[in-house]
Amino acid sequence: MASRIRSQLSYRTSFVLDVVAQVLGQSIELVAILVVFTQVGSLGGFDRDEVVLMYALAATAFGLADLAVGQIEELPEHIRTGELDVLLLRPLGTLAQIISADVALKRLGRVAAGLAVLGYALATSGIDWTPVRVLVALTAPPVGAVIFAAVWVAANSVSFWLVDGREVANSVTYGSNFSTSYPITVYGPWLRRILCFAVPGAFVAYFPALALLGRPDPLGFPEALRYASPLVAAVAVGVAALIWRAGVRRYQGTGS
Amino acid sequence: MPADVTWEDVLAPYPQLVRAGFRRFATYRQAALAGLTTNIVFGLLRAAVFVAVLQQRPVLAGYDVAAAITYVWLGQGLLTVVLLWGDTELSRRIRTGDVVVDLGRPWDLQAALLATDLGRAGFAVLARLVPPVVAGAVAFPFRWPTEPVTWAFFAASVLLAVVVSFGIRFLLNASAFWLLDARGVLAVWGVAGGVLSGLVVPLAWFPAWAQAALAWTPLPSLFQIPIDVFIERGNPMGALAAQAGWALLLLAFGRVVLRRGAGRLVVQGG
Repeated sequence: MASRIRSQLSYRTSFVLDVVAQVLGQSIELVAILVVFTQVGSLGGFDRDEVVLMYALAATAFGLADLAVGQIEELPEHIRTGELDVLLLRPLGTLAQIISADVALKRLGRVAAGLAVLGYALATSGIDWTPVRVLVALTAPPVGAVIFAAVWVAANSVSFWLVDGREVANSVTYGSNFSTSYPITVYGPWLRRILCFAVPGAFVAYFPALALLGRPDPLGFPEALRYASPLVAAVAVGVAALIWRAGVRRYQGTGS
Repeated sequence: MPADVTWEDVLAPYPQLVRAGFRRFATYRQAALAGLTTNIVFGLLRAAVFVAVLQQRPVLAGYDVAAAITYVWLGQGLLTVVLLWGDTELSRRIRTGDVVVDLGRPWDLQAALLATDLGRAGFAVLARLVPPVVAGAVAFPFRWPTEPVTWAFFAASVLLAVVVSFGIRFLLNASAFWLLDARGVLAVWGVAGGVLSGLVVPLAWFPAWAQAALAWTPLPSLFQIPIDVFIERGNPMGALAAQAGWALLLLAFGRVVLRRGAGRLVVQGG
């Protein structure tokens, strides 16, 4: 009996550590940003507080997306084991079944970490608040989460074409989490085009941050782009849905 | 040791385990290729950030643009050689009780796991270290060693980094003797280890107090030291000595922990 209680306590330790790991995992990039700014005064034309604001917007959006659709990472497992056949037969949305298979509470750790830094960044970066900016601040994280979620679904759909697509999908999903934490001015022209238009990460943090800070874009993009994130999110969802449907139609089962 | 068993018999399994470790990971070529994609994408993004940092100051703590880019690509390549994440086998076998079988075999469990890990690392050097470094060297300014002897120092430093990493992973996995489930411990290590060992940002860019604190830990031995040896930053002999010291200390500590943990396992009944 005592050993059973002890074993549960042990597992609880493990759960707490899992949450801690999620918080830490989200904080790595923040540590990297802060370390870099002990050495230089600006990065890509932005100062520390401005970059931290972009990081916080990206982190909160990523945490929310991870919480909502993170289970899509299990798609290769569902395909490999043939589980997907069962899901396809049920009269429910396939995607909805996959992402609701398991709500990993530990993922709240990421959201909490992101929100904490976002609150700090919004309070300290000297934003000149207007009704429009309040609206941008409130909508940017959920809109960014929708963009990330669309990127995740689209990227993980490669598993319908590749046998082991998980790593390839990870490079897109975690890569976009990393890249959106920095101003897109730090990337060369080619990477920037990919980040702006192919994987629309720039609309998660960079453009909303410009809107909040009310500062000119060093790259000279039109001002309207700053408020275009919801539109981009809608288009991203549409594209992701098309890719997902094409994948499901192509799926023939593993024969196991 | 019985009279008719020679030292050769005792040591014979370990080279075979090194080969087996190599072959086991060489089987998953497609996985290695896919993992390489992730390494290269992150290499491109990190290199871009470092270049932007060095636009502000041409040399930062001894790193110019070529050295910083070399830092990124070597780090991406060494990631799976040194291995921070994904080594959960021992803790899983402790949780399921299979470790009893491992302990009963006529080998030294720690030495056997180390041999397998060295084989794994050997394959990772070919499949995961060489390609990103070549990609980085072709597409970006790159800092090659100027002295031929640096290559030998680098090889020794990578080998020691793998042993230090193994020593840490062995201890973390062995925590399952007490916690039963080491996943949380390993997860915390996976994220904290990356940033504190200089994989994400060179430790030399950290504030002085953080550098001083980390110098007392085995963390710089994992990535910072092998990379610095390669780009010929600092004294290689001192760095290798520090790595060797940590390797011995961690392996010795691992033996003590394994003995204690194994004793506990018997009390619990497996």
